[in-house]
Amino acid sequence: MELSFDIFAVLLLLVPFAAALVAPLASQAMGKAAGWVLALVPAALFLNFLAMLPGVAAGSPVMVGIDWVPMLELRLSLLVDGLSLVFALAITGIGTFILAYSGAYLDGHPQRGRFLAFLLLFMGAMLGLVLSDSLVALFVFWELTSVASFLLIGFDHERPAARRAAMQALVVTAIGGLSLMAGGVLLRVISGTWDISAIASSPLLAEAGWAYPFVLGFILLAAFTKSAQWPFHFWLPGAMEAPTPVSAYLHSATMVQAGIYLLARFSPLLANTPYWQILLCGFGGITLLWGALVALKQTDLKQLLAQTTIASLGLSVLLLGLGNDHAVMAVAAYFIAHALYKAALFLVAGIIDHGTGTRDITVLGGLRDTLTISFIAAALGALSMFGVPPFLGYLAKEVMYAAPGTADGWRVAVLAVMVAGNALLGAAALAIIIRPFMGALKPTPQPPHEGGFTLWIGPILFGLIGLAVVFAIGFYDQSIAGPMASSIVRYKVESHVTYAIDLAALPIWLSVATWVLALLVYLRLDALRGLLLALERRFSWSWDKGFDQALFGLIRLAGAWTRFFHHGRLEQYLIIAVAALALVLLLPLTVLNGWPSWPAFRPMQFYEWGAFALAAAGAVIVVTSRTRLGTIVALGIQGLAVALIFLMFGAPDLAFTQLMVEVLSVVILALVMTRLNLSANDPRPYEDWLRDGSLALVVGVAMSALLLKVLEGLFDSRLGDFFAANSVPLAHGRNIVNVILVDFRGLDTLGEISVVMAAGIAVLALLKRQHKRETPAPKRPSRRKEAA
Amino acid sequence: MEAALALLIGLFIAVAIYLILSRALIRVVIGIVVLGNAINLLIFVAGRLTSATPPIVPPGMDAALGMANPLPQALILTAIVIGFAMFAYFIVLALRAYQATDADDINHMRLAEPEGEPRPPLEY
Repeated sequence: MELSFDIFAVLLLLVPFAAALVAPLASQAMGKAAGWVLALVPAALFLNFLAMLPGVAAGSPVMVGIDWVPMLELRLSLLVDGLSLVFALAITGIGTFILAYSGAYLDGHPQRGRFLAFLLLFMGAMLGLVLSDSLVALFVFWELTSVASFLLIGFDHERPAARRAAMQALVVTAIGGLSLMAGGVLLRVISGTWDISAIASSPLLAEAGWAYPFVLGFILLAAFTKSAQWPFHFWLPGAMEAPTPVSAYLHSATMVQAGIYLLARFSPLLANTPYWQILLCGFGGITLLWGALVALKQTDLKQLLAQTTIASLGLSVLLLGLGNDHAVMAVAAYFIAHALYKAALFLVAGIIDHGTGTRDITVLGGLRDTLTISFIAAALGALSMFGVPPFLGYLAKEVMYAAPGTADGWRVAVLAVMVAGNALLGAAALAIIIRPFMGALKPTPQPPHEGGFTLWIGPILFGLIGLAVVFAIGFYDQSIAGPMASSIVRYKVESHVTYAIDLAALPIWLSVATWVLALLVYLRLDALRGLLLALERRFSWSWDKGFDQALFGLIRLAGAWTRFFHHGRLEQYLIIAVAALALVLLLPLTVLNGWPSWPAFRPMQFYEWGAFALAAAGAVIVVTSRTRLGTIVALGIQGLAVALIFLMFGAPDLAFTQLMVEVLSVVILALVMTRLNLSANDPRPYEDWLRDGSLALVVGVAMSALLLKVLEGLFDSRLGDFFAANSVPLAHGRNIVNVILVDFRGLDTLGEISVVMAAGIAVLALLKRQHKRETPAPKRPSRRKEAA
Repeated sequence: MEAALALLIGLFIAVAIYLILSRALIRVVIGIVVLGNAINLLIFVAGRLTSATPPIVPPGMDAALGMANPLPQALILTAIVIGFAMFAYFIVLALRAYQATDADDINHMRLAEPEGEPRPPLEY
């Protein structure tokens, strides 16, 4: 029974992937309604996760799993605790409306089915990422989200900008993925298990202290690239090339939060060290201020939202760096608030784009009368972002201001960064809601019109949830944010999100300061934008350009590297090969075994002298001959001399074969060379002659020395003796060489025959092709003569 | 004779490599033929020149002593045949290459790797 539940739970994980497979068919068959039909999948999963909420909130996480590769001790285990459950609810809940929205948003687009399939693929990967309790599965799903993001950003792949953005996102997040793999393998090595829950709650890094900096570095690199922390932030604005539902879903609410998830998941293991606090607070703080400032520069709604997402991610990282009860509570509350308001605002941006044909806030204005529902949704989202009570955003802000405290200087600095960042984000929220919707109606490329029900239902619902929390503050605190925070630190968190206002405490006054500051910044928005743009023009380099430089540099380097080694000049390839041969011959002789001593030349018979002299003369004349005929004849002579040597030392078979082959070779060579109009001598410049000659001499001497060294050693005749002894008894043949060829080593001979056959077929093919071509190739000026 | 042959093999190899490093294709082919002969001799000599008696078991006997080492002979026999097949193939290939490119200089045979190939594009 328990086993079947495990399998059922794992199968649930596969449902989005299965839905992705049928999505194109559904889109074809059902048209616009396909979005809603496919949205049933995340909706059902959402209800399923909702049913787990009471149990998880009561403090009993769900752990299931099946054996994946038992031989490698791999389990596909799932863990549903407060952290993963809230993520899963966000993924499926927001995903439901994203799918429905996409069905209508891409109405009439020929690739809508593909788009919905990619979205479902991402949904499955993201669910797997947050639910899996195995490092291996986490890594696989992590990479799968990067791939899905690549596909979705590059959805409009005929535009170079989209291709570039997709490539950029993939490169940056895949670097993080590799880093995650390295960190995971290291954790496995020092802990002996792949289970995240077992690793994260163990004190193993205290025992293996040397590993801590490495694990921390790998995990942080993975998280920072995925969650677009400075200096890896540049891919996220580019990701806005994707259709708006993707920006709302992947690049604000879920995928980019995977880095936050990873940090939260491993914070029991890694947190509470100065490194953790300094690195997270440092990079988080920089990212927060950077994103918030750059956001105010933007005039494109989506770009503006993307930059505020970067800032929000920085804020979450900063809070995780603090790591106390208030901070993790703030992380939980802020994740929920941000996911809802940012998804709503993005979707409204999509509606505005759809309804007016532009997203430029300097062009838009006065849309509140025509896009009333969108206006309400955007207002709800922006108010939450601005942090007005009683919205979710306000609750998150109150609890985060309680996190740093004022114990020392750097905590005050963190507080100041948070207030400044929130104020800039608040100003951005005001810009989002006031610029397009308020004021006088401005002319737009299309006459503005409201999106349909399918388009506005999602954002308005997300906005309303951010407000509805006022009726369910206890439930929100006890069942959602509380359990999420508790499972980050792995003990019951004492902090609470409440509406209770303590006028004697700091947070409420910091909130007031944030609002005032935000208002002031908004009022000076255009001046500030002008200043930021001037700064941007002053510093023309950006991380985005740096990415191009790095990538193009890599391509150029690869090209230069290839041309250096693969230049296409055969001569030089051969020189390298010959030089390597010389090295291989000379090095052992010099270093290991020593050179042979000068051999004792026994007196030779006159016929031995004759063969020797013939061979040597033939070889020398082959090189020195000035006529073609001379070369051919000399080649034949040295071949015949070799045959003679074979004959003199008991190898008549070899001699006969060599003789026949030499005769045939000379005939073929003579036939071919008379057909070619070749220069007879070998023109080489003097320096080439010197280089080639000395190389040849070195290799020749080395080869002679090697052979002499071999001859100095004792001869092991066991193999020859074996064949001599067994040729007659075993193979019933008296010619031992023949017996070896056709019997003992028969397979070698089969190989030899195959080679001969292949060569014959190749020769035939080469010659036949010549016959078929009746019209000769256009005559080019003979380059042979230039060479000569 | 073994020592003298070792020097002869060195000469053959030097000649072969000098030819192979030539820019004229036909000389490269000839160099390969000489190199084949050199290596065959090398194997032959490395197996020791003990006897002038061919490795043939006389009729009526089960085994024989005091004859040439049969193993290198078997190896070389295979090598000679394969070397010839390769030579025939190379020489025809050289002929066709000469006819197709109108050049026997290997530095002008750059159909597969033309000089000044375009650089990889710097775009996405």
